[in-house]
Amino acid sequence: MKNEPQTGRGAFPAFSGKEPGKELGKELWQESPEAGVWDYSVPGREGVALPDVDVPGCELPPGIPQRKELPLPEISELDAVRHFTRLSRLNYSIDTHFYPLGSCTMKYNPRISEKIAALPGFSLAHPLLPEFLCQGSLEIMELLQNFLAEISGFQAISLQPAAGAHGELCGVMMIRAYHQKNGDSRRLRMLIPDSAHGTNPASVAMCGFQAVQVPSDSRGNIDIQALKSLCDDTLAGLMLTNPNTLGLFEERLTEAVEAVHNAGGLVYGDGANLNALLGVFRPGDAGIDVMHFNLHKTFGTPHGGGGPGAGPVGAGRKLAPFLPGPRVLREGTVLRLAMPENSIGRVKAFYGNFSVLVKACTFIAMLGAKGLRAVSENAVLNANYLKKLIERGYSIPYNRTCMHEFVASGHLSDTIHALDVAKRLIDYGCHPPTIYFPLIVKEALMIEPTESESRKTLEAFADAMLAIAEEARHNPDIVKTAPHGTPVGRLDEVSAARNPVLKHSNEKAP
Amino acid sequence: MRYDASAVYHSSHEWARKEGELLVIGISDYAQDSLGDIVFVELPAPGKYLKKDQPFGVVESVKAASDVYAPVSGFVEQVNDSLVDNPGLVNSDPFGEGWFIKIKPDNTAEYEALMTAQAYEAFVKGL
Repeated sequence: MKNEPQTGRGAFPAFSGKEPGKELGKELWQESPEAGVWDYSVPGREGVALPDVDVPGCELPPGIPQRKELPLPEISELDAVRHFTRLSRLNYSIDTHFYPLGSCTMKYNPRISEKIAALPGFSLAHPLLPEFLCQGSLEIMELLQNFLAEISGFQAISLQPAAGAHGELCGVMMIRAYHQKNGDSRRLRMLIPDSAHGTNPASVAMCGFQAVQVPSDSRGNIDIQALKSLCDDTLAGLMLTNPNTLGLFEERLTEAVEAVHNAGGLVYGDGANLNALLGVFRPGDAGIDVMHFNLHKTFGTPHGGGGPGAGPVGAGRKLAPFLPGPRVLREGTVLRLAMPENSIGRVKAFYGNFSVLVKACTFIAMLGAKGLRAVSENAVLNANYLKKLIERGYSIPYNRTCMHEFVASGHLSDTIHALDVAKRLIDYGCHPPTIYFPLIVKEALMIEPTESESRKTLEAFADAMLAIAEEARHNPDIVKTAPHGTPVGRLDEVSAARNPVLKHSNEKAP
Repeated sequence: MRYDASAVYHSSHEWARKEGELLVIGISDYAQDSLGDIVFVELPAPGKYLKKDQPFGVVESVKAASDVYAPVSGFVEQVNDSLVDNPGLVNSDPFGEGWFIKIKPDNTAEYEALMTAQAYEAFVKGL
């Protein structure tokens, strides 16, 4: 160590002797309980000793720095292992705690899915294997295609897209390809409700369409009159999330789909909230033309966090020929890979993220039709029970029977906002809900318990929420300055956004 | 909450103020307060033609990103480049140094149809 320890941190920086502080104003955790990797660096130390070079060396081209000149931390393998293991123990995850992050459906990831995906026949299958040597893997993909088609009521499914937003982009590309094939090149306007996910207008812009916002009515539905007034022969389509981001079933769905179809447009279904509908409602039956699935939200595969995702896309009669490919097709007893007739093409190397597909297929096969319906029934029941408990202390702006999630207002007083409630929840050992989304609810707290949680967990969360509402009245400072019991206190998000430091180095940030 | 009496207001919370032949455009104190600390502002290129109610820029806070709409139609004559490096000006001085653009308006009717400070204050209180 170059520097002498200042606060008991030194040879054993993970054990600084400080306790998590609960008292206000003392800022007991000025520093992280784990030092930065540079603090372990010793000049000349190497993690791995390589044998001497026994072949002739060659000169690097000029201008390329040698490894020893690069500013990298120099630490032993054991120090690196300990550093990253200690950091990992600061993690908060669905495997350790309740995670009611609205819109994200943080449900349990069953271990059986991991076991199946790790079977050597799946995990060691090479993507360049010829079809006749990987019929088992293709059969899993075919099974998942069939499962998803049955669940959603669509004619065909493509497992290609690598994530939900990717599946959404594919869906909009398919709508564009459909209109272009019909010579309808002036259909450039895509209608998007004001409660939509931010990815909707982004996908639309990526496809060269123009996003047109449709307002919501007082019950939280799409404003059907406003929608109808926007339907004309320049309409490409409508993007509809059902249940919508308020967690409400779209009561004007049939009328909306009809109005768009009558005007020659197509309807994109944002499948992000499918967890509320399994075995109860099939988007394809309602006339929706194309929809993506978030396998991690609905079928219990791990949430990405940088890892692989999967966002299959399903389509009805009109758009099925435009699906990305290849898809698995059955010819008698043989499975092969084929491109749909008017496919928008390949959108991912090889065949989607295969191991994620295996996990989702396992989840569906384990639960069966009745089990999947129970998933949605319990997700909806849990959300409504939690809403009832929480409305004792919080206003619910669009308050009717909700689906899998609901949106409360975190506006507890002129000084206590959604952000403060969220930060204070951390002190109660709970991950905060999604905040400030959807945009049509001021100070939104978007809460989604999922089917995985017990009544006891839901009640403990509601108790914490109500305790914070009480604190906001009698002890607002403790809420305003939260969190207090964490390795670091309230982070300065404004400075981080205005002057982001995006590079890890041993130089002090300016 | 401040309501600058020398400006007129649009229902999407932009203000406009006469400055010679031009109209200065910004967002209201209510708008900046609702957004919270603003961390990024995107402005149009000078010379661009804007139609009334067309989005011409973006304000981003730690909470959300929002479009800013043209309260009147006209050509963009000047933009406030200092907001690029110092977006916090919108929070600290929404009616002054935090202005967004200056427009050469097409007609006076659109300007005259906007709300007075008094009417806008009543509008905000009804939200």
